Amino acid sequence: MSLAVLDFEKPLYERIDALEALRAKRRPTQADRAKIHALEGEIETLRQETYANLSPFQRIKIARHMARPRSLDYVETLFEDWIEVHGDRGFADDKAVIAGYARFEGRPVTIIGQQKGKDTRENLERNFGMMHPEGYRKALRIMRNAAKFDMPIFIFIDTPGAYPGIGAEERGQAEAIARNLLEMARLPVPIICTVIGEGASGGALGIGVGDRLLMLENSWYCVISPEGCASILFRDASHAPRAAEALKLSAPDLLEQGIADEIIPEPLGGAHRDFETTAENVRKALSRNLRLFEGKSGETLVNERYERYRRIGVFEEG
Amino acid sequence: MPWYRKPQFSSLRPREPQESPQRVPDGLWHRCPACLSIIYARDFTDNLKVCPSCGFHEKLSSEERLAMLVDDGTFDECDANVSSIDALGFVDSKPYPERLAAMKKRSGLVDAVRCGTSEIGGQRVSLAVMDFAFVGGSMGSVVGEKVTRAIERAIELRIPMLTVVTSGGARMQESTYSLMQMAKTSAALARLDDARLPHIVILTNPSTAGVMASYGSLGDVIIAEPDALIGFAGPRVIEQTIRQKLPRGFQRSEFVKEHGFVDIVCERAHLRDTVITLLGLLRGPHQAGICAELPTGEEEEPIPAEERVAPQGKKRATKVKATTKKPAKRGSTQTKSSKKRVGAPRASR
Repeated sequence: MSLAVLDFEKPLYERIDALEALRAKRRPTQADRAKIHALEGEIETLRQETYANLSPFQRIKIARHMARPRSLDYVETLFEDWIEVHGDRGFADDKAVIAGYARFEGRPVTIIGQQKGKDTRENLERNFGMMHPEGYRKALRIMRNAAKFDMPIFIFIDTPGAYPGIGAEERGQAEAIARNLLEMARLPVPIICTVIGEGASGGALGIGVGDRLLMLENSWYCVISPEGCASILFRDASHAPRAAEALKLSAPDLLEQGIADEIIPEPLGGAHRDFETTAENVRKALSRNLRLFEGKSGETLVNERYERYRRIGVFEEG
Repeated sequence: MPWYRKPQFSSLRPREPQESPQRVPDGLWHRCPACLSIIYARDFTDNLKVCPSCGFHEKLSSEERLAMLVDDGTFDECDANVSSIDALGFVDSKPYPERLAAMKKRSGLVDAVRCGTSEIGGQRVSLAVMDFAFVGGSMGSVVGEKVTRAIERAIELRIPMLTVVTSGGARMQESTYSLMQMAKTSAALARLDDARLPHIVILTNPSTAGVMASYGSLGDVIIAEPDALIGFAGPRVIEQTIRQKLPRGFQRSEFVKEHGFVDIVCERAHLRDTVITLLGLLRGPHQAGICAELPTGEEEEPIPAEERVAPQGKKRATKVKATTKKPAKRGSTQTKSSKKRVGAPRASR
């Protein structure tokens, strides 16, 4: 496997490389065999140690790994009859977000997902998963169709934020996100959101209002990126690891805060190390969560969704 | 600059705003931060804190905003004792609880928004007035909760919702809780919309980020004070991202209106009258003032319902014209005249 190794994984992968070198030897000596045996044990312990207590910022690094599975990977693996549709019917087609219809376990569904690239060329095309207003408007258009045809909506969140640019502001980035928050609150079909990588700020929430919030184990979701927070509060983006701790933005934190509903486990080392297992975990979670809404009327869904957001917040009174 | 436009005595004025050579003593005089002219403080206050020479709109506290906007003595504050707690143990340069305590002491506020009901030109509205002095008008759980309650109050009492925005965005110290307040307030506005009640938004300097990506952009009518910074991303962030200077006037009220995201740019002096006129126009049959006065058994006579609305609309329009002629001074005269206004159609029924 030639996946990029993250800094905190280096000690582990140095040993793995050493082990592979030894194994590749044509005529291993007795000493080599002993070494192999020792290394195997060492690697196993180290692997557990490395991934058992990941810091929030280490998790963020995994969430940002170039090889991490993207929305389309899940769409192509877990759904049938995928038809992608394009454009907001007003200005353009935003390639930072994919939208379309497909079948999940035989049932027609709608899918919206932020799409990052897996290399620089693709990332430029996808604008690194940073949406423009037309992207939010495309998503809303497709979600309205979902309501019209009574299809549940699956949302995949993976964005470093809404794009901060001149055109985005001119075309009403704030309005586009706000409009989606309002309209998604009253769509009479089940909406199941899954954070598969990064969920930064209003850019993520702009397609993220729903009935369930699932998070992959190493994903994060927050009001601001740790770098943004560090540069404002600590006046230096290099304090991002500290900001990541303070912001309590990882999946377990959000589960505890009552904002996320469920954590989808990832294989050791992250989703990119074993996509099949990850995809299977996601499939099971989606299937189980979709069943929660069977037979619920649109009105009940909307009322329960309202209550779900209504109770989020911490304050004292009196 | 052509010589005939040159300000008089320009050589006597400091050119750069920083490190002012003349200290302006507090209290008696005010120096405009935009044009640097020196104004007698009382004139400045009487002018609703708008510079008489350049029209610069100084920030208003929530107290001052309420005073200029609502009928005297009608503000009935709600949820005044809802205050933030530090659920996450957040520490930046100082712990969040310390920051909150310092802010409360310095600003005399409990959080960045004040809510309640009030009469404006004799019409009852549910209000949310933000205050920049408290952590930059940032939205955390308290702002989200209070604004949501204010919207729910509007729905319950069947009265319009009026929101005055000034905010740098979501409150980072409350992290994802803050983010979720955007969803919460917007969901409440969906209900307000379903109830067919108006939401009037007034954007003041600055109105950005999380608040703009939620209730700040969700007005049926959006009014902005002149030259207010309005947008999603901050100008500094955009400059860093695109690595070029931003055009002049970018993200200012007039620019935002030009691009279709603000309905009206309105000077502070005309703000109250504009709101009064709008409240009179955006009525429809769903508001309390109308339904409450319907004769009982309205279901049996569906035709008079339309008759009822039409003449009333006419009367209202003429009345509004009459009031807008008056100077926008707040105070008892305005209140009286507006109250009369609402009284009139009632009496005619």
